[in-house]
Order: sequence, then C-alpha cells, then structure tokens
Amino acid sequence: MFSEQMILVTLQGLGESLYMTLLSTLVSYIIGLPLGLILVVTDKNGIRPNAPVNHILGAIVNILRSVPFLILLVAVIPFTRLITGTSIGSTATVVPLVIAAAPFVARVVESSIKEVDRGVIEASLSMGASTMQVVRKVLVPEAMPSLLTGLALSLTTILSYSAMAGFVAGGGLGAIAINYGYYRKETDIMLLMVIILVIIVQVFQGIGNWIARRADKRIR
Amino acid sequence: MLNSNETPIIQIKGLNKTFSSDSNTVVALNDITIDIMRGEIFGVIGLSGAGKSTLVRCINLLERPTAGQVIVDGQEMTLLSEKQLRRARQNIGMIFQGFNLLMQRTALDNICFPLELAGVPRKEAIKRAEKLLDTVGLSDKAKAYPSQLSGGQKQRIAIARALANNPKVLLCDEATSALDPTTTQSILALLKQLNQQLGVTVVIITHEMKVIEQVCSRVAIIAESRIVEMGMVEEVFRHPKTAAAKKLIYPMGQQVETFTGKGNFIRLVFNGDITARPIVADMVLTCGAPVSIAFADTKEIDGMTYGQMILQMPENPVTYQRMLNYLDDEGITYTEEGESYVQ
Repeated sequence: MFSEQMILVTLQGLGESLYMTLLSTLVSYIIGLPLGLILVVTDKNGIRPNAPVNHILGAIVNILRSVPFLILLVAVIPFTRLITGTSIGSTATVVPLVIAAAPFVARVVESSIKEVDRGVIEASLSMGASTMQVVRKVLVPEAMPSLLTGLALSLTTILSYSAMAGFVAGGGLGAIAINYGYYRKETDIMLLMVIILVIIVQVFQGIGNWIARRADKRIR
Repeated sequence: MLNSNETPIIQIKGLNKTFSSDSNTVVALNDITIDIMRGEIFGVIGLSGAGKSTLVRCINLLERPTAGQVIVDGQEMTLLSEKQLRRARQNIGMIFQGFNLLMQRTALDNICFPLELAGVPRKEAIKRAEKLLDTVGLSDKAKAYPSQLSGGQKQRIAIARALANNPKVLLCDEATSALDPTTTQSILALLKQLNQQLGVTVVIITHEMKVIEQVCSRVAIIAESRIVEMGMVEEVFRHPKTAAAKKLIYPMGQQVETFTGKGNFIRLVFNGDITARPIVADMVLTCGAPVSIAFADTKEIDGMTYGQMILQMPENPVTYQRMLNYLDDEGITYTEEGESYVQ
C-alpha cells in the first residue's frame, strides 16, 4: 500500500486539504467576522439595536446553517461553476465550504463577542467612544482569546467539512479516503487518511488553544 | 468651594425616565430637579432600586431621559447630535462599582484608552497616563494587567482613566461598594484630594451613609424614583424630615412607634454645635440621680456630635428640674416629651 505513488497521492491530498481548509477559513472569516459583529451590535441589547437588520441576518445565518453540507455541496454547483469556472477540484470546493462555514463563523464570533463584559462597553461609551471605536478597540481585543479558541474550532470544523467534498470530486484527504477506501474497499488507506485528519485536528486545536491562552491577560 | 453666584455645572430639570417593555412600564425617575455646583462633591443616596444609578446615567446620557432637561457645563445634553454627545462625554469622567477596566490592556494602556478615543497622539497620551498613574499613586503598576491588581488598585486606575481627558465632572456610580472599608476610605480620600487639586466636580452615587458623610458637601436622598430631601449633608442628616430619609439615616429606628414609660422622657438633639463629650454621664454625676437611655443614635462628623438621644428622667420633679437646668447651662438643645415619645 505504501508505494511511492501512494505517498505522493497522500502528500498531494494533504496539501489540498490544508489549502481548502485554510483558504475557506480565511474567506469565511472575512465574511463571518463582520457578520458576527453586526449580529452583536444590532442585537436588542447591543450598542446599536436594529431589529430588522438583526432578524434578517439571523434568519439567513440560521437557514444556511440548517442545510446539510452534503446537500449544499451539490446544490451550489452552478454557482460554484460561475465563480471558479469548474465544479471539481479543491478550489471549487472552497465555494460551498465558505457558504457553509461563513454563517458558522458568524455564530462562533457572535458568541465570543457576547462574552465581553457589558460594563466595559458602557465605560467606553461613557468616555465618548463611537460604535466603530467600541467594535475595534473594545469588542474585538477584549474577546481576542475567545475569538482565537473559536478560530481553532472553525478550522477543525471546516477541515471535516472539506473531507466530505471528496464525494463530489472535491480533492484532498477526504477524496482519497472515499476513492480508495469506499469505492476500492482499501480500508487501510481510508484508515490512514482518517488518522492524518485526526492528527491535523489535534494540531490545529492544540496550537489554537495555546495561542489563545498566551493571548489572554486575565489569567496570570 | 461652593459659590452660589455661579451657574451650576450640572442642571437637571424635571427629569423623567420610564422603562417600558411590551407588558409593563416602570417609572425609574420621577420629576427630578437638581443643581450641582461647580467644584462641589455632591452625593446621591438611596436604597437599591431607588433609581440612583439611572439618574447618574442620565447625566452623560448613557440612559436617554424620557422627559426633562440635563444641562452639563452649559450644554443641553438631550439636544446634542451623536458626534457632539461623544465630545461632551469626554468632558464627563465616570467610574463604576465593577471598575470596568479593559482586561486585555495594561494599566497604562487603560489610562491611554480615552486619550486614544479622543485622537491624542500616542506619545503624548503615554506621557499624560504616566502622570496620572503618579497622581493615583500607582506608578509602579504601569505594565500590570487589571487581573494582577487588587480592587482598590483597579479603582485607582479607573479614576486615572476617567480623568485622562481633564473632565470637569467625575461621576462615581457605587464606586466604593465593592471595596472593603479601609480601601473605601483611601479611595474617598483620593476623590476628595482630586476635587481640591483639580477642581473637578464629583457626583457620588451610593447606598452607604458613611461615604456621603465623609466627602460630600451636599446630598440628595432618592427614594421610589423621587428626590425626597436635598441640602447640606449636616442639615439633612441632622433633621431628616421624610420617612425615607429617616430610614436611611436611622436604619434601626422604627419611625412610627410610640413608647411609653414611667417618668418624663426628654429628647436631646445634637446639632454638631458641641464637641463629643460625655454629657449624660456628667449630668448624672452632677445631679446625683440615674437616668436611663431609652434610645440613642448619634454620629460623629468632623469631631462634632450629631443625632438624637432619648432619656428617661427621674420621677422626682426636683431632680428632674435640676437636670434640665444642668442641660440649659451646658447649652444642650432638648425637648420635653412627657410620658411617651415617638421615635
């Protein structure tokens, strides 16, 4: 099983998985971070309550989050083709991954930001902070440790989503596991891919937690 | 420090605040009118739920009044645009019961924070923050994070932060309520010192009598969303007129109960015009007859005695008269209550 070719395939799969995961996470945060912040700020107890915006965004997030990823993967193929010009391969997988992960990231960010002490926000408002200043100088920095823990969570979740993309010719370790393990019944290869995925999750989670702990000035 | 010719720095006129939800409406503040003078330390005391925290938040418009005017340093706060309001708030420092420091910033950077908001260049901000750290006596804690500081130290940093933009007013919302008595003393002393050095007007919201006694010149008593009494601290604490005020000032006393007993009761009233000395003991020794103390609640403020004492006097009219003469000679104010008294 561990032929030179298999090692190359595995390495390529690993590269594709990391590429899909990291790129999708990046784009998901570019969309999800502001979305999560808007959800907190426009909440009825937020610093700028705005019920329509909050409810509409909340509904979109909930709808996208309730669609099973495998279905979403297939359903957005035309849209994927429109953006990337293809519906197969790692880059194509990034599109459904982002559509699935951005709302997830928004909720993760929302819950982190909500941990920021109400009193600290009130204090900064009493000093004349604008909404943007509260967001940039209070909400995000004060929630940073929790945001980093959330980032590790998002990374691992997106990685496991990306493995599912193998079913629709998405590439990566998941595709190898499905192609070799499921279609060709080479169980040992599938097991190896699973082990590699588990290791990546462990590494992401471990590094994430370590950085979050280092960044937190509350525990000394 | 009080100058009655000047216009008040804070004028609250006919202030109302109601909180309404779908099901009910709660009146938090009802027709509040207060003038706070430049450079004074003004206290607002009330039991929890009386509306005092809402009142202080209406001064910097963290809570928007439902009706009425709030004028701070000549600006009608409720009419300001959002941008103007933010600038006005930089002129009003505020400290809190829970300190509310930024936990991910050092003490120094916490003090820099309001300067950052105001757009002060970093170098200048640090210089100013270092000076303020020195003012509150924590120069050695510049690089410490709030989690490494004690409660008293955190409040000192919060005070320094509140003063960073040289505000004319400092609002203190239960600022000592989370602190032990000794730390409370030191924070109050610091507030008094800053008031005298910088001339900053201080508004103190508290439920603790001793906080008001120690630093305030004037006090307003708030109960059930209204101001029930207001005036100089000694005046209000000496002669509380309303039931709500009496409840705060004599927490043990039952205001409405009538007590009866043999003999004559007299009520001694200490107005702070005598120094603390053993009046009753001297009287007993001089007149050679015992009295019993039916009720006493006196306080010492600045070495002078304030409060009331009710004595059950001897039945013998000659001894009784002798004692009254003694009190007259000593210049003690008293009233004869007869055979019963109302506490």
